[in-house]
Parts: sequence; structure tokens; C-alpha cells
Amino acid sequence: MFNNSLYLRVLLMLFIGSMHAQTFAKTIIVAPNTKVNSLKIAIALASNGDTILVKKGTYASHNTIVNKQVTIIGEGMPVLDAQFKEEVLTIKADHVKLDGFVIQNSKVGDLRDYAGIRIFQARNTTISNNQLKNNFFGIYISDSHQVKIINNTLTGTAQERKAGNGIQGWKSDSIEVARNHVSGHRDGIYFEFVQHSKVYQNVSENNLRYGLHFMFSNDNSFINNKFTTNQAGIAVMYSKRIKMLHNQFNENWGSSIYGLLLKEILDSHIEGNIFYKNTSAIFMESCNRNKIIKNSFLNNGWAIRILSNCEDNQFSINNFKGNSFDVTTNGELLENKFSNNYWDKYEGYDLNKDGKGDVPYRPISLYAQIIERVPQSVILMRSFIVNLLDKVERSIPSITPLSVKDDSPQMKPWKILSK
Amino acid sequence: MFKIAKYISLDIIKSKVIIAYTLLLAAICVSIFMADEDVTKGLVSITTVMLIIVPLVSVVYATTYYFNASEFTELLVSQPISRKNILMGKYLGISAAILGAFLLGVGVPVLLFALSVTGLTLILTGSLLTLCFISLAFLSSVLMRDKAKGIGLALMMWFYCSIIFDGLVLVFLFAFSDYPLEKVLIAITAFNPIDLARILILLQLDIAALMGYTGALYQQFFGSGIGIAFTLIMLMVWFLLPLWASLRIFKKKDL
Amino acid sequence: MEDIIQIKQLQKSFGKLQVLKQVDCNFSRGGIVGVLGPNAAGKTTLIKSILGMVIPDGGEILFDGKSIANSFEYKKNIGYMPQIGRYPDNMKIGDLFDMMKDLRGVYEHLDTDLIAAYGLDAMYNKAMHTLSGGTRQKVSAALAFLFNPPVLILDEPTAGLDPLSAEILKDKILQEKAKGKLILITSHILNEVDELADKVMYLLDGNIKFYKTLADLKAETGEQRLGKALTKILS
Repeated sequence: MFNNSLYLRVLLMLFIGSMHAQTFAKTIIVAPNTKVNSLKIAIALASNGDTILVKKGTYASHNTIVNKQVTIIGEGMPVLDAQFKEEVLTIKADHVKLDGFVIQNSKVGDLRDYAGIRIFQARNTTISNNQLKNNFFGIYISDSHQVKIINNTLTGTAQERKAGNGIQGWKSDSIEVARNHVSGHRDGIYFEFVQHSKVYQNVSENNLRYGLHFMFSNDNSFINNKFTTNQAGIAVMYSKRIKMLHNQFNENWGSSIYGLLLKEILDSHIEGNIFYKNTSAIFMESCNRNKIIKNSFLNNGWAIRILSNCEDNQFSINNFKGNSFDVTTNGELLENKFSNNYWDKYEGYDLNKDGKGDVPYRPISLYAQIIERVPQSVILMRSFIVNLLDKVERSIPSITPLSVKDDSPQMKPWKILSK
Repeated sequence: MFKIAKYISLDIIKSKVIIAYTLLLAAICVSIFMADEDVTKGLVSITTVMLIIVPLVSVVYATTYYFNASEFTELLVSQPISRKNILMGKYLGISAAILGAFLLGVGVPVLLFALSVTGLTLILTGSLLTLCFISLAFLSSVLMRDKAKGIGLALMMWFYCSIIFDGLVLVFLFAFSDYPLEKVLIAITAFNPIDLARILILLQLDIAALMGYTGALYQQFFGSGIGIAFTLIMLMVWFLLPLWASLRIFKKKDL
Repeated sequence: MEDIIQIKQLQKSFGKLQVLKQVDCNFSRGGIVGVLGPNAAGKTTLIKSILGMVIPDGGEILFDGKSIANSFEYKKNIGYMPQIGRYPDNMKIGDLFDMMKDLRGVYEHLDTDLIAAYGLDAMYNKAMHTLSGGTRQKVSAALAFLFNPPVLILDEPTAGLDPLSAEILKDKILQEKAKGKLILITSHILNEVDELADKVMYLLDGNIKFYKTLADLKAETGEQRLGKALTKILS
């Protein structure tokens, strides 16, 4: 009896609950020249769980605050325009979805970071299929969790003083950034104090500073992204347990530009990436216990520049092809291991036919060390004397660090990365 | 002048040395292009080889030929032909043949495999370099009466341009590494045609841009219109000045 | 007779060695002059000076009354046969003759007597480097006479030739003399000069020791042979 009555009560509650949802979850339509002619009015009318459908048109939106748990859908890419007066949208509630808008013309500020979309102290937010144009910052996520940023296009102002970051994460957790395209911003994607997040299949190119930039952000993974011709390349710092897999770092070149700058990166995994035509493909400073494996270093100025304060890093099964210099360092490199890499400059032989060269390869050339000390000597590049010096040094090493060598250089390139 | 040039180049192209030179260059280029699908890398390799072989062969072959043809030169001088026409005819004849070998051996493969601005730059600079070193060969030939000494001097010139000069630059760089030397270095390169040629080609290859701050600085100069003009003009000077000097000496030379 | 070549106070040194000290002489049209002298007496230098191959340090040379300095047109009037003729190795004999015609721009009124006499036309397809020294001398001789010049300068003309060919050349020299040409010959073979020359110039240490007709020389010394006469006059 007692059991029975509880059962009935639960059933009743469920019934009432669903009745409630069916009765009160409504769709509010926003369209020009109607009573509800702005998003702001629609939000004021909405309750949690409602859907707001915005019809095609251009709407002024001076920091519209989304403080209810609503789904906002644009039909025919309606435009939300801040007319350079404010931010466009701020999301403060949980469970908000925003899909299918053009969001443009946020204010440019020296003191405040005005954004196209700001997500503040929210959870379970999804921002998808939007075009963000001409905003100072694109999407600014702070103090939020479980945010998904999917399939948006962000185009910054491409002007030095008027460009903020494309997708910025601050003090957030479990963010997913996928299939976005960012260009013309200061940093394409910027994270600070962001944890347990996934950044994949994005393209970040032609940004004014870094394509990707993060610091103090642990346990994140970056997979299948493409970072091309960013003015300062990619810089990641002060983070642990990072995974960077199958990304492309292309043509980030010019003075003091790095394909991938790693500073105080610990226990991380850099695998299967392609580095093509960067001034320095990887630059490492104070990095420990990282695995750099199965990457391709193609046609870079320097493939790896590693400072002597780096320890216990492992470089294996990488392909080094067409780089002016394979490895350089500023001192004695200890406890960093190079093994089983393919080096196109290797001139050894393989008598026992095990696919590995019988004599070690020393990836640090004398001339590379000379350039490290006297950068002007780049003017002697590929001259006869430099080739001669390198040949002599390789057969009788005297100046280059003895510890840096690959005892099992591959005779043929690994097939990982013909992409 | 053109008649003499015609006869001399017809004479040279039948010689085994020049045929061997053509085939050597062609073999190097084709094998480099075949070995690596990366055309740019191929061009870099060709540049490296070219910068050694082309000056060496040009200077040694031209000097040797000059001396081997000295009796023929005497015969020409005894004919009603001005000395200027004789020397210029010889220059034209010899350089047409060696240049032809270069264009066949390097130019054709490069055009076939790597038709690009870089490829064309390589051909142009290689040609200018050939002319420069034939000029230097002539200078050394008119300065020396003796074939051995002439070839010796020619080899010294080559040795100076391809190794000693750069060695000195390196020493200089280390000695004054604390000073901003970029501009000085640009001026210094003008004193070596091989360096000029090398830099001109490398800058076409974007490599300098990959070489960080200093590289970018060099590219800013050598990659600009003015820089390219400067390099080409200096190469022209290297080809015309020794030729002009050897003409002056030859006009007063006893045969 | 009119002097076609006038040499005035000609001086030439090679380094410290004074090869021609002060040479004054004239050569007139018609006649054969034998230039004699020991080794290093300055014979070749004198000839090369006339040909503009050696640039004198002092003095001047007039050809047909005009200074030859910085001029080359006068060489149209000279045929020169060098001591050792070397030609572009890969060139064929026929090509060589064609080239010389081409270079001089003269294709007519050619004197091909020697080409025929030496049978060079049958060897037109032979490359120069395959030829013996003697054959090359024949080529040189044929070239010197080819353009029918009023002045011929022959440096040791019979040196590398076999006796028969030498005779052919000597006959040719006499024929040309008969046409009123001036022929300068240097030779070590005194008999040859004896046979051919009208006048003899003797150079010693850069000076002209004597320059007189062969007849005068023989009369003065009372000798019938040039060799004897020379020994007598020089002792």
C-alpha cells in the first residue's frame, strides 16, 4: 500500500512536470516592424526553456543581456549590430544556445575588452554557426564551464590597434572549440587559466599576433587545427599536460617568429604535427619531460631551437626535411633524447640493413652554432666555406655539443606525414 | 670582332672539355631534380654546386684556352685587325661557348623542371658569374706571359672568391660581433662576385626570411628593387671592369 | 727606289734586357733582305715591331710614310709567316683559309700557288691538330702569300720544311721578288740567304752591325760565299 501510493505520487509529479513544460515552453518570434522587433524585448518576454526565433533582418544590439535559459536561433542569418557603441551580446545564464547570427561591430576599447559575444559565469552554453565580423574581441568566455564554440567564422578588424583576440578563454573549464575559422584578430585563440578543454579542427590564420596563445592552462588538447601565416606564430607557456596532435603550423615566418614557441611547458605530448616553412618550427625554453614524436619538420629555417635549460625531452620518429638547420642550442644539452628520427642531411650508411644508420647523426651543425652566436653570419649561408666547415666538424666534432645525437637515425623518412 | 668570336666558339664547342662540362652540369641538375620532388630544394642544391663549379671551370678553361691560342692571337695581330677587336672577339667567342654550355647544362633542366622567378634568377646569375670569371681569366692571362703562371693566378682568383674571402668575412664577423655590421656586410659582399650571386639566388628562395631578424634585414635590402639592382650592377662591374682592364693591358702588350 | 718601311731610332727592352738599342734603317720596294744575327740579337723583335706585335719603347716605324703606332690598316700590305705556326686545334685547313679570307674581307686576286704546290687543297678536311710541324709550316707559308701583299715577312721560313718543299718556297720567293715585292727573311741558314738575298742586315746586341748589298759585302771581303764573308767581317 505504502509502496503503491509513492509510485502514484511520483507518476503524478512527472505528469504535472511534463504538462508544465508543454504548457509554458513557448517560441517567441522576433522580426522587424512587429511588436517584438528586438532580441532584448524577446528575452524580457521569455522564460527559461523558451526558444527565440529571430527572422532575417538587421537589429541594433547594444549589449543585449541573455539572462534566461533560452535557445536563440537566427533564420536567414539575421544581423546583430552594436554599431561600435557597446558589446553585442552577453550571456549570463546557463543552458543558452545561440545559432545562426551575424554579430558585428562591437566597440573598441582601451580599458575594457568589448566582445561580440561575452559568456560570463555560464554553464552548458553552445555558440554555433555564427559569423562574427569586425568585433574588437570575438567570443570572450570567462568563469564558465562546458561551453561549446562550434563552426563559427570570426573575422577581426585586421588593424593593429583595433584588434582583440578571436576566441578568448579566461578562468574556464571544459570548453570545446571546434571547426571555427579565425582571422584578422590579435590572437586567434587565447586561453588563460583554462582547464580540461578541447580545441580541434579550427583554422586560425593571418592574425596580427599569435594564431594560438595560451598560458597557465593545463590538461588541454589541441587536435587537427591549422595555424597559418600568423604574424608571430604560436606561443604557449606555463602549462602542463598539454596534448598537441596532428596540427599544422605553416608559414609563420619573419623576424622572431615561431611556428610553435614552448615556454615552461611540462609533461606534454606533441605528436603528428606538420611544421612547414616556419622561421623556427619549435622553440623551447625551460621545457621538461615532453614527448615530441612523429612530427614532420619541412622546409623550416630552424626545425628545433632548444635552450639548454630544457631537460628530459624526447624527440623520436620525426621527419626532418629541407630545414636550413635541424637543431640548435645555446649550450650543452643534457638529458634530452633524440632517437629514430629521419634526417635528410644524414650521410651515414646502413650496412646491416636494419633501416637505421650505423653511425650516429649529429643534428647540430657548426654553422648553426656560429649563427647562434653571430646572427649576421647568416650572410654566408650556403657558401662553400660554410659547407666545408660543417663537413669537417661532422667528421671530427670539436665545437658542437657532443651530447646531442641520434644514435639510430632512419635511412628513409617515416610515412606518417605525406599530407 | 664577331667573325673572330664565331671562329673561336665554333672551335671550342668541338672540344671534349666543353662537351664534358655541359654533360656534367646537365647530369648534376637532372639527377638533383630527379632525386627530390621538392623543386625549391633542388634549386638550392644546384646553386650550391653551381657556385663552385661554374666559376672554376670558367676561369680555368678560359685561361687555358687563351694561352693555347696565343700563337693564333699572334697570327691575328699580324693581320689587319685592331687589337681591341681581337681581344673582344676572343672574349665573345670563349664566353659564348662557355655560356652556351652553362645554358644547356643548367638553363634547360631548370626551365624544364623549375620554371619560376627563382629558376630564372639562377640562370641569370649563373650566366653573369660565367662572364665575370671569364673576364677575370682574361685579366690573369694578359697579366702573365707564362701559361702556368696564368692558370695559377686564375686559380688563386677562384680560390679567393670561393673560400678565402668568406673565411675572412667569418673572422671579421667574430672579431666585431658586438657592432651592428649588417650594412657593412652588404658593402663587403660587393667585393666578391660569388657572394653576390649566392645572395641574389638565396633571397629569391625565401630562405633569408626564414632566417630570423638578420635574415629579414638582409632580405629587406637585397630583396628590394634597389638591392637587386645593386647586386646585378655589381656583378656587371665584376664582368666589365676586369675586361676593360685586360683590354687596356692587351693593347700595349708585346706578343 | 722609294722606301716602304722606315725605322727611326727604334728602341725596345724586355725588363732590363735591351733588345733593340738604336735601330735606324729603311727598306725599299723590290728586293730580298736577309736579316741575320746570333740568337737574341733582336731579329725577331725587329720583325715583330714592324708587325705591331711588339710595341717599341722609343723611336718610330713608318710604313708607306705613315707611323704604324695605333694603326693596323697597313698590315693589309704585309704577309707574315711565323717561325712556328699554331692554329685553333679543331679547325680544318680549309676552314683556316676561309677564315683568313673572311677576316681580311678579301676573296679575290688570291695567290694560291703554294696551296697547289704543297697539295694543301687535298687536305682541306684535316684538322690542324693532326698535322705535322712541316705541314703546318706549309700552311703558314701559303697563308703569307695568299693575299698577294707587297711586303712579305718570313721568320725562318724553311726551318721545318723538307728540302723539296723548301725549294718550292724559295722559287716562290724569287718569283714574288720579280714582281717588285719587298721580302724580309730571317734565317740561320746562310746558304739560303746567300741564294736569295739582295741585301744583308746583320744585327748584333740590338744594333745594326752592317746593312749592305750582298754584292758589296762580297766585294769588300773578297769572299764568294756569305758564310766566309761574315766570318771575315765580324772578326
